[in-house]
Amino acid sequence: MTKITVNEVTKKYADHTALDRMSIDIPEQCIYGLLGPNGAGKTTLIRILNQITAPDSGEVRINGEALCQKHIARIGYLPEERGLYKKMKVGEQAIYLAELKGIKKAEAQKRLKAWFDKFEISGWWDKKVEELSKGMQQKVQFVTTVIHEPEILIFDEPFSGFDPINANLLKEAILELRDKGATILLSTHNMASVEELCDSITLINHGKSILQGKVGDIKRQHDTHQREIVVRCDDFGKVMAVADTYNNIKVESTDLPDETRLTVFDDSPNDLIHQLLQIGQLVSYKEVLPSMSDIFINEVQSQNQAS
Amino acid sequence: MNKIGLIIKREYMTRVRKRSFLILTFLGPIVMAAIYIIPIMLALHGGNDHMRVAVVDESHWFENRFQDTKDHTFVLMPGQPIDSVKNLVKSGVFDMALYVPPTQLNIPSNAVVYSIRQVPMEMETYISSVMQKEIEDQKLMAKGVDPEIVSAVKTKVNLSIMRMDDKGNEKETFTKVQFFLGIGLAMMVYMFILFFGGQVMQGVSEEKTNRIIEVIVSSVKPFQLMMGKIIGVSLVALTQFVLWVLLTGGLYLGFSAHMGLSNPELLSQGTVMAQEITANDAMSNEGVQNIVQIVQSIDFGTIICSFLIFFILGYLLYATLYAAVGSLVDNNTDSQQFTLPITVPLIVAIITSFYIVNNPDSGLSVWLSMIPFTSPISMMVRIPFGVPIWQVVLSAVLLAGTFVLMTWMAAKIYRTGILMYGKKLSYKEIFKWLKYK
Repeated sequence: MTKITVNEVTKKYADHTALDRMSIDIPEQCIYGLLGPNGAGKTTLIRILNQITAPDSGEVRINGEALCQKHIARIGYLPEERGLYKKMKVGEQAIYLAELKGIKKAEAQKRLKAWFDKFEISGWWDKKVEELSKGMQQKVQFVTTVIHEPEILIFDEPFSGFDPINANLLKEAILELRDKGATILLSTHNMASVEELCDSITLINHGKSILQGKVGDIKRQHDTHQREIVVRCDDFGKVMAVADTYNNIKVESTDLPDETRLTVFDDSPNDLIHQLLQIGQLVSYKEVLPSMSDIFINEVQSQNQAS
Repeated sequence: MNKIGLIIKREYMTRVRKRSFLILTFLGPIVMAAIYIIPIMLALHGGNDHMRVAVVDESHWFENRFQDTKDHTFVLMPGQPIDSVKNLVKSGVFDMALYVPPTQLNIPSNAVVYSIRQVPMEMETYISSVMQKEIEDQKLMAKGVDPEIVSAVKTKVNLSIMRMDDKGNEKETFTKVQFFLGIGLAMMVYMFILFFGGQVMQGVSEEKTNRIIEVIVSSVKPFQLMMGKIIGVSLVALTQFVLWVLLTGGLYLGFSAHMGLSNPELLSQGTVMAQEITANDAMSNEGVQNIVQIVQSIDFGTIICSFLIFFILGYLLYATLYAAVGSLVDNNTDSQQFTLPITVPLIVAIITSFYIVNNPDSGLSVWLSMIPFTSPISMMVRIPFGVPIWQVVLSAVLLAGTFVLMTWMAAKIYRTGILMYGKKLSYKEIFKWLKYK
C-alpha cells in the first residue's frame, strides 16, 4: 500500500524553482532513499511533507488523505542541520520535544528511559546539552525524533557525525523501526548507506525526479554487463594471449603475483572462461553491477549536459 | 496541554530560573528602595558629624550672628590672628575656620573658610545666607529702612492649580509631581519594551543559530512558536514587575516599621525633605498637608491600569517586530540594520516625552499618544495629567489593531526568515516574503 503520495508538486521561490511537478509514491513499511545533488530540492520536499512550507501547486497525500495538521504528530523528522537548546537539560528537553508531538509527560518519560538505556546514554539525563560531545548530541536528537513512535520517519543525513560503532547502532535502530512498521524516508549523500538500507529510491535533480524505482531494479537497468574474472596462472603471457583474442577487455594484475583480473563487458563470456580454464585455474567469476554512486553521477551528469 | 501552552511554559520557566533574572529581581527593588530610603535617612539624621567652626571676624560685623545647632557650633576667636587659628584647624581642634577680613569703609562682602576636609554644602549655604541677610539689613538701615518692615512685607504666594471637568468637579493638581510621574512611567515602559523585546529577539535568533528551529517547526506552526515565545517573555516581564512592586513595597514597609514611621505621611514628608534638602528647613505642618493632598491627587488606579494596558500592548507590538528581526539574523552582529527601524520610534517617543510633559494637551502630544508606535510611551507621559477617556480608549484600540496587523506581517517574515541561512537580505526581498503561501 502506498503510504505517501506526492503528486505533481511544484514549489517556486523568488529566483528559482525548487520543485517542478514532482511525483513520488512511497510504499508502506519501506526505507525510501531520496537522493540528489545539493540544491536539487530534497530539503524543500521534506519541508513540504513536514508542513513547514506549502506547495504552490500539486498535492501530498498520506494514507490516501490530503496532508493536514493531524499528520504532524505522525511524522518524525531529523533535519540535516540539527540542534538542541544548549542550556536545557537533556531529559527535560527530550520530554519537551515529545510533548510538542503530543505525548503525555509520563508516557514520554517511560519511552525515553527505554531508548536512553538502549543507546547507553541514561547517565546524561540531567546534563546540559552543551556539556555533551557532538556525537552524543546526535544520539539524543535521534531519540527525540522517534520518541512519539511515528508512522513516518524522515532522516536527513542521519549518519553524519557518528563514529562507525554508533553509525552501526543507528543503522540497526533504523532497520528495527522499519520492521516494526514505520515508513522511512532517507535523504543522504552517503551512497554506501543507500545500498545497505534503501529498498527504493528517487533521484532528484533541478527539482525533477530523474530516476525512480527499487534499488535492485535500478541497478539491473543500469547493468553495463560488466563481468569480472580472476584466473590463477603462472605464465602471464598465456593469459595475455587469450585476452588478445577478445575485444573490449581489461587485464590487470592483482596483489598476488600469479593471479590476473580480467574485466569484460559481455554478459555470457563462456567462451573466454573456457579458454582460461585450459591455461590455469578459475579463482572467481562475478557479475559487476554499477554502484549507486556511479548511477548517481552518470544520471546527474547526463541530465545536466542535456539541459 | 496544547502546544502553545507548552511553548509558553518552557519560555517562562527557562527565563525565570536564570540567575540573571533572580539577580535583577532582587537587586532592582533594593536599588529603588535605596533611592528613597537613603535620602530619608540623611534627612532625618541630618549631617552625622558635629562640626566646630572657629570664627575670626576682623570686620566685627557678623559676631554673634551665627547660631549654634545640634550639627554645628560656632566659636568666636576675637583678636586671634587667622594664621594661628588655621593651625588649630590643622591640629583638629576645629573642623574649619571662617575668616572675614577687616574693612575700613565698606560693608564686607568677602569671607574665607579654611578647612582640611570638604566643606558640606549645607554649611556653605548657611554661612553665606547669614552674611547676606546681615549685609542686606545693614544696607537697608543705611537707607533709612527698618528691616522689620521688609520682613513684614515679604509674602509667599500659594498658587493652586484646579482642573475642572465638564461636570463642574474641581481637583487640585500638582504639576511637579505629574512631571516626575509622567517621565518616570514613560521611562519604565521604554525600558521594559527594550529589555524584554530584546529578549524575544535574542531567543528567536538563538533558536535559529542553534538550528533547533527546524525540529520545532516540524512539530508546531511557526506562528505558535513565535506567539508562545512572545507571551512567555511577557509573563516573565509581568512577573518581574509584580515582584518589583511587592519587594519594593515590602522593603519600604519594613524600613518604616524599623524606623517607627508607621505613619505614611511622615514617610512622604521625609522623601520630600530629602528632595528639598538644600532648603534645610524643617517641614511645616502646611507642608505635611500638602504631601497628603499630592498623594491623594494621584489617581493610582488609573495609572496602574493604563500602565498595564499600554505596557502590555506596546510590548506585544514591539515584541512581534523584534521576533521578525530575530528571524532575519544569523548572528547577533548583523542585527543592527534591522533593529534600527524599531528603535527609532521608541527613541522619538522618549525624546518627545520631555515636550509632552510640558504641554500634555497640545496637538502634537495628542497625536504622539495616538500613533501606535509612540503611543505606549507618549500616552503614559500624559496619563498623570488626566487624559479624556475617549482618547485613552481610541489609542489603546489603535495600538491593539496595529499589533494584530504587525503580528500577521511579522509571522510571514518570521516563517521564512527562521529557515534562511547565509544569505544577505534586503528589505525588498523581505517584502516579497509577505506574499509567500
